[in-house]
Amino acid sequence: MKDVGAIVLFVLLVGSIPFVTESGVVLNFVMMALYACLLAQAWNVLGGFGGQFSFGHALFFGTGAYVQAMAQVHAGWNPWCTLALAMAMSASVGLMVGALSFRYGLKGSYFALVTLAFAEVFRIVALSVPFTGAGVGLMLPLNESVSNMQFASRAGYVWLILGLVTLALCITAWLRHSRFGAYLQAVRDNEDAARAVGVNPFKVKLWATVISGALMGAGGAFYVQVFQYIDPGLGFGPHTSVEALVGAIVGGMGTLWGPVVGALALHVLADLTRNLFGQLPGINMVVYGCVLVLIVMFLPRGVAGLGQRWQKKTKGGA
Amino acid sequence: MSLLQVSHVSRAFGGLRAVQDVSLEVPAGSLTALIGPNGAGKTTLFALMSGFLIPDSGSVTFDGVEITGQAPHLNAALGLTRTFQIVQPFASQTVRENIAVGAHLQHANRSDALHAAEAVAARVGLEPQLDKPASDLTVAGRKRLELARALATQPKLLLLDEVLAGLNPQEIQDMLPVVRGIVASGVTVLMIEHVMQAVMNLADHVWVLAQGQLIAQGAPSEVTQNTQVIEAYLGHGTAARLRQIQVETPQ
Repeated sequence: MKDVGAIVLFVLLVGSIPFVTESGVVLNFVMMALYACLLAQAWNVLGGFGGQFSFGHALFFGTGAYVQAMAQVHAGWNPWCTLALAMAMSASVGLMVGALSFRYGLKGSYFALVTLAFAEVFRIVALSVPFTGAGVGLMLPLNESVSNMQFASRAGYVWLILGLVTLALCITAWLRHSRFGAYLQAVRDNEDAARAVGVNPFKVKLWATVISGALMGAGGAFYVQVFQYIDPGLGFGPHTSVEALVGAIVGGMGTLWGPVVGALALHVLADLTRNLFGQLPGINMVVYGCVLVLIVMFLPRGVAGLGQRWQKKTKGGA
Repeated sequence: MSLLQVSHVSRAFGGLRAVQDVSLEVPAGSLTALIGPNGAGKTTLFALMSGFLIPDSGSVTFDGVEITGQAPHLNAALGLTRTFQIVQPFASQTVRENIAVGAHLQHANRSDALHAAEAVAARVGLEPQLDKPASDLTVAGRKRLELARALATQPKLLLLDEVLAGLNPQEIQDMLPVVRGIVASGVTVLMIEHVMQAVMNLADHVWVLAQGQLIAQGAPSEVTQNTQVIEAYLGHGTAARLRQIQVETPQ
């Protein structure tokens, strides 16, 4: 119940920002920060709650993005319908990759490598086949209207991504208070112990991959709607994978608000460095790397872990 | 009627024949023990019974159903649960959450499972620690947690792998009534145990495993007099020597 209250409060607060300001800079920042939240939360379902560290979440992101673009460009679908299709398709890719990896008991760095490899395979396929537009990529025709999911002002995009983030938050809250979530965390902490008390680790990890993939696919679809363009590097390149996992790790894996905090913190940091160092391309990645090293060294449980430690201290002191 | 029936089960790891042609039957409602020197194959036999390992040959029947090589989570659903010698807590979770994972086998609802976890914690004496992280527990606490989590699945047969190992004499004394209470509540227990005081105290029937083979079985007091058993533990010729000492110093 506490979680639901917090989510409602979060939605009301963030949702009201467009009423307070019309500044494009602010709305753009909020939109991109929420978008980073969604990616981090998608990764958190599998990586944080399930303990399966994927280095290739761009696989699901790109699938979502390309399905969103192709269904509109080639088949003329309405983008609201393609959003559902994009999520379903990236969930199916999750099902396939998950089934293959977990069937053969891949864990830890092996799972990370396999996801990385799958993302690369998809990138190369997207580079070479005609229906993805190959190296040129795909461009959405510009047609601003709500029914076409292209908004005249940034406010529309903010609300859209806020809706998706809320979905991710609700799923995460459900993980914290359900049998499936308990099983997923049990498998993360100790797979053998979980098996002994009746948990089927294969099934649990597979579903986590499917959910995680669907959310990541929604992120990809959103990306296409905002920028109206996708190419293989943007869709399946490693930087999206890194952004998703760094956000979740910095914020705190396996928590509800950690990925939100982490994504926001990284976004502020990336914006600052961009302003300080001008347009050095990829400078935010350098910063991400440094932050990740520092967090892993000094705050292995992320920013959320800091809060928990504080709570413990104040409780213990009293 | 026997709840668990193991017949002619063997398993080798390369050239090491860890379990060779072992057959045993665990009667429903009993408390039996599997003993043997280190490396005898006791834990391997447990793994073969519970599905963590697949036997090379032989069969395992539980409650009338053939379960040879069936995955552990399916066995748990049938009512066959094991614990681990090296305790395996879900370290990042509280004691309550740990036990609730077991309770979820019977309760789909989260709050039902958490309530059930409290009841189980009371049975094994973990109630005061319910909200502690599992990683903060002492060895004795972790052993109880291991037991509680398995118990929360409401098993018919509980395979306990050295729940008393690493405990001090006082902690062992505290644990004995807990194990007895579990049997009294209708759960059949088969335990691997090194603490002979506990085995003598608890078990109705004992199997002795040495170098992968069953070498003796019977009531605890009979088995401990068995020449083969003494020699398996203490070495060739020791049984005769012990008997001699007993003759020379009659009390």
